[in-house]
Amino acid sequence: MIKVEHLTKRYAGQPAIQDLNFEVGKGEIMGFLGPNGAGKSTTMRILSSFMPPTSGRASVAGFDIFEQSLQARAHLGYMPENVPLYKDMRVTEYLNYRAALKSVPHRRIPERVGDVKELCGLKDVEKKLIGALSKGYRQRVGLADALVHEPDLLILDEPTSGLDPNQIRQVRDLIKNLGKQHTILLSTHILPEVEMTCSRVIIIHKGRIEACDTPENLLGRIRTAGGVRLEAKVGSDNGTAELKKIAGVRDVNADDDGDWKIFSLRVESGADVREEVFRLATDRRWKVRELSQQRATLEDVFVEITHPDEA
Amino acid sequence: MRKFLVLLNREVRSYFYSPIAYIVLVFFLIVSGFDFYIQISFMNQRPVAYSVQEAFFNSVFFWFAFVLIFPLITMRLFAEEFKLGTIEPLMTAPVRDWQVVLAKFFGALFFYIVLWIPTLLFFVIFQTTTHQAAANSTGAYLGAYLMLLLLGMFYLSVGCLASVLTKNQIIAAIISFCVITLLFFAGLAQYVVRDIDSTTRQLLGYFSAIEQMGTLSRGQLDTRPMVLYLSMTIVMLTLTYQVFQSRKWKL
Repeated sequence: MIKVEHLTKRYAGQPAIQDLNFEVGKGEIMGFLGPNGAGKSTTMRILSSFMPPTSGRASVAGFDIFEQSLQARAHLGYMPENVPLYKDMRVTEYLNYRAALKSVPHRRIPERVGDVKELCGLKDVEKKLIGALSKGYRQRVGLADALVHEPDLLILDEPTSGLDPNQIRQVRDLIKNLGKQHTILLSTHILPEVEMTCSRVIIIHKGRIEACDTPENLLGRIRTAGGVRLEAKVGSDNGTAELKKIAGVRDVNADDDGDWKIFSLRVESGADVREEVFRLATDRRWKVRELSQQRATLEDVFVEITHPDEA
Repeated sequence: MRKFLVLLNREVRSYFYSPIAYIVLVFFLIVSGFDFYIQISFMNQRPVAYSVQEAFFNSVFFWFAFVLIFPLITMRLFAEEFKLGTIEPLMTAPVRDWQVVLAKFFGALFFYIVLWIPTLLFFVIFQTTTHQAAANSTGAYLGAYLMLLLLGMFYLSVGCLASVLTKNQIIAAIISFCVITLLFFAGLAQYVVRDIDSTTRQLLGYFSAIEQMGTLSRGQLDTRPMVLYLSMTIVMLTLTYQVFQSRKWKL
């Protein structure tokens, strides 16, 4: 659905993205992950034909984004970051206008606009001025706009930024549902979002692709795969020193919670040290109230890739 | 064509959503009404060799208001879209750049024409109350309003170009105001040339909007200003288009 080859964009000589290569297949939900300024929005703007790349090529639904820009644009729905909208228009009016602009046949406009309003939960604000809507509703108007012409592909630039947790969950569910019929490329820096919605993830850092894989594989790949958490009363023992001696433990962090000590153990990838920890605790007669394995999150992947020194 | 009409519809509507439109309409109506009143009061005092209609279209008041409205009409056209970022959803929809440029231009032109409609009423009211003709001939009306249309098209296209250059509406307004004022008063430069028969003076005279209006509002349909302003409008719109699509240049 999307094919990107050697895509490079420079602003006044400064590279924003360098030599990007990736493909997004039909029906995939691709997550685009990276810190601010990594080049996510630049890539999305290029893919939506808003601006050209400095070099390289890309195609959307088989149409070159530069040579056959109109056809490419007709096949994609794009929601820009911060969702700029005409504040002086009413919701239905705006969606009617956008539908007509995107060549939805005249007779089908009421039906399509009705559908997307239903889908995005805009029914109760349909007569309101867009300028009077809250951020969450504006986000939904942007999404409805991206969907109104039934595009094969959706490009969503930070669809959940600035929303409250409830709204984030709603938008996330909406995206998941949309993923059943549409190919989606979405960018975010909220990691759980990617973990929950995306079938594949691209991690981009300083304009380069650092990783491109399924969330599961990415988790498997990282060295510091999770850790173990232990809450115990260690009596006169130091705790940290003893735990560090266990094979496979890389690092131990200790926090106090009253009489209790909370240890966070970072372990070698693949190692399971829980049994050893339990044996140590019983040998030293520590009182244990919690011993648990912490799964590595994409957050760990992200930190490891974008700040390798601190990991 | 359908997309152009959709865009045009949105442009025209957006004028009437903003308070600026109503301020401009009221301001313009007051100034032009005052102009009309002054001209008639003046004519009441002494016999003159021109008609009410000619007096109306050739007064200082009239030109003052005239030059001022263009920046107000055109400043927001592109600058506002750049500022609010709405240019992004607009240009990622399957529309062509020239469709957007022309829709904005004709939207502005539509508003400009709406601005002039009430002035027709002045003449109707004058004729019904005084039972005298306000103009010497129908051609005089035609000429005057044709001149307004032509000059308006040119100045609006200048305003389009100013607006596409910046994302700041005030800067767009200042640029277009300066350029339009200079263009408008360039015709006065002919009086600097002493020699009445000199080619320079004649040439400058051709560009004088004031003189052209004098001719056309008498009902003499001179084709030279028509060609001049139509071609200049096309030049300005072409430049606007070029600047607008310059974001697609591979730099």
